[in-house]
Amino acid sequence: MKSLILTDKFKIKNSIKLDSGEYIDSCEVAFKTFGELNKKKTNAILVCHALSGDQFCSEINPFTMKKGWWNILIGPGKVIDTNIFFVICSNVLGGCMGSTGPSSINPNTKTNYGLKFPVITISDMVKVQEKLVSALGIKKLFAVIGGSMGGMQTLEWATRFSSKVNVAIPIATSYRHSAQNIAFHEIGRQAIMADPVWNKGNYYKTKKEPKGGLSVARMIAHITYLSEHALQRKFGRNLQNSNFFSFNFDTDFQIESYLKHQGSSFVERFDANSYLYITKAMDYFDLSARNGGLSRVFKNSNVNFCFFTFTSDWLFPTSETKTIIKSLNSSNSLVSFVEVKTDKGHDAFLLEEPEFHATLKGFIEGQIGKHGI
Amino acid sequence: MKKNLRNDLFVISKLINDKEKILDVGCGTGNLLDFLLKTKKADCRGIEISQSGVNECVKKGLSVIQGDANYDLDDYPNNAFSTVILSQTIQAMIFPDVVIKNLIRIGRRAIISFPNFGYWKVRRDLLVGGKMPKNNILPYEWFDTPNIHLCSSKDFQIFCEKNKIIIEKFICLSEKGNQMKTNYFSNLFAYQVIFCVSKKKKVDKNKLC
Repeated sequence: MKSLILTDKFKIKNSIKLDSGEYIDSCEVAFKTFGELNKKKTNAILVCHALSGDQFCSEINPFTMKKGWWNILIGPGKVIDTNIFFVICSNVLGGCMGSTGPSSINPNTKTNYGLKFPVITISDMVKVQEKLVSALGIKKLFAVIGGSMGGMQTLEWATRFSSKVNVAIPIATSYRHSAQNIAFHEIGRQAIMADPVWNKGNYYKTKKEPKGGLSVARMIAHITYLSEHALQRKFGRNLQNSNFFSFNFDTDFQIESYLKHQGSSFVERFDANSYLYITKAMDYFDLSARNGGLSRVFKNSNVNFCFFTFTSDWLFPTSETKTIIKSLNSSNSLVSFVEVKTDKGHDAFLLEEPEFHATLKGFIEGQIGKHGI
Repeated sequence: MKKNLRNDLFVISKLINDKEKILDVGCGTGNLLDFLLKTKKADCRGIEISQSGVNECVKKGLSVIQGDANYDLDDYPNNAFSTVILSQTIQAMIFPDVVIKNLIRIGRRAIISFPNFGYWKVRRDLLVGGKMPKNNILPYEWFDTPNIHLCSSKDFQIFCEKNKIIIEKFICLSEKGNQMKTNYFSNLFAYQVIFCVSKKKKVDKNKLC
């Protein structure tokens, strides 16, 4: 009989000290695994999800009944082959798919955290993941991989826990959030907070959610995930329902309809407060601000890196990754890098990109040859 | 063991000592780096402009960055490598002078190989045939060639002299890829040439006092 449990959960007994100085008690981590851990426990790959992602990176997401967000890449016989690898993916700290976050019940007060939830950072997320990986008995991960915010976590793993990682694959990411990135996030947060239903984060008992605000936040963010060229190619100035303008403020253009759909489907599966916390964590991320700059951070790292960027990604442009590579070069690290030609923008890392997938497959095979599993 | 390796690359590989730290600029599919890794236990890195090339390299487990030697060499720190290799690529560089100076800045020495434009058949093609020279290593038409900065072995020697670059070794290869003795006529009879160069060591002024 198939298990009725939709996701595994791991409870951290001790309280965790966060970067902010605050503590989280009885933190829970919701996670999914795919494939089987080998006897030596050397075939584990940790997959880190992006801002709106979750632990359901492969197979069917039992909540949305849609394919997992990286199903294209992860599964039996795929680029990340679950016949070979044991894939772990956990919902980030602050998330809303089962891991402890602002919508969870605070064990001390027995009510939802809301804005009482402490502000978290990317490194807090990674600290929690590390506890999960250790609890699974894994001393060293074969690889950590992730795109966008998942790439930030990957970089965090490669610096904070470098001795526990053989291979790091950061994709479409950066060592810090730029002013423009922060600006777009702030608009999203302001949209949520301007929604009267939001009520300073206390909406869990009202049975209403600040869907209007969250959906605007998602619409804005979604534009940053696409390229201007891809938008033009997909939608142009095409009209949605008729050949004539409506001369009112209903949906005229296909692009309007598309964004509204993105917004409305997102609010069904995401918590507005989680959106605030996770975007803030991304904004705080800056490896170059740490102990003596970027090259110090990577010094003496034995991790094998392979970076990917996409030509039309203007949210995390190639120049950001090149800055990291410069530091890795000066600290004599093992680093590979590919810039994939595509017009699909930042989202390309989630989509069918044969060149990206071929290089990633080659890199993983090369690393199997090097490290063995 | 030599299999898959181009003749000039095999000659270059013989110049490398065990456990050297190597950067191959324009490493293609990584055959030379892979060979040096296996036979010399070299610590290998590469730069390659084509994605397909990088693809093949990472498959071999090599650490290779997709990049353009015209611009990306600036990012490497001084003396980061014992040897930097640039094989059959200098003639396609936009700024060959800048690239050469970068090579000997990044590496303690640079090994540079290129088709010799002073080769007698090349001269003959233009002199007698009146057409742009073509051969196995210069296979392109005048309008689609990436080779925009061709030079003869003599040109290269003059460049080194003017820029105070030391030529440590000069190797000539015949059309069949065999190593030839170097002499006064090398610029006429060498099909390909390999130069091993380094920067002039700065004289320590304190020691002179």
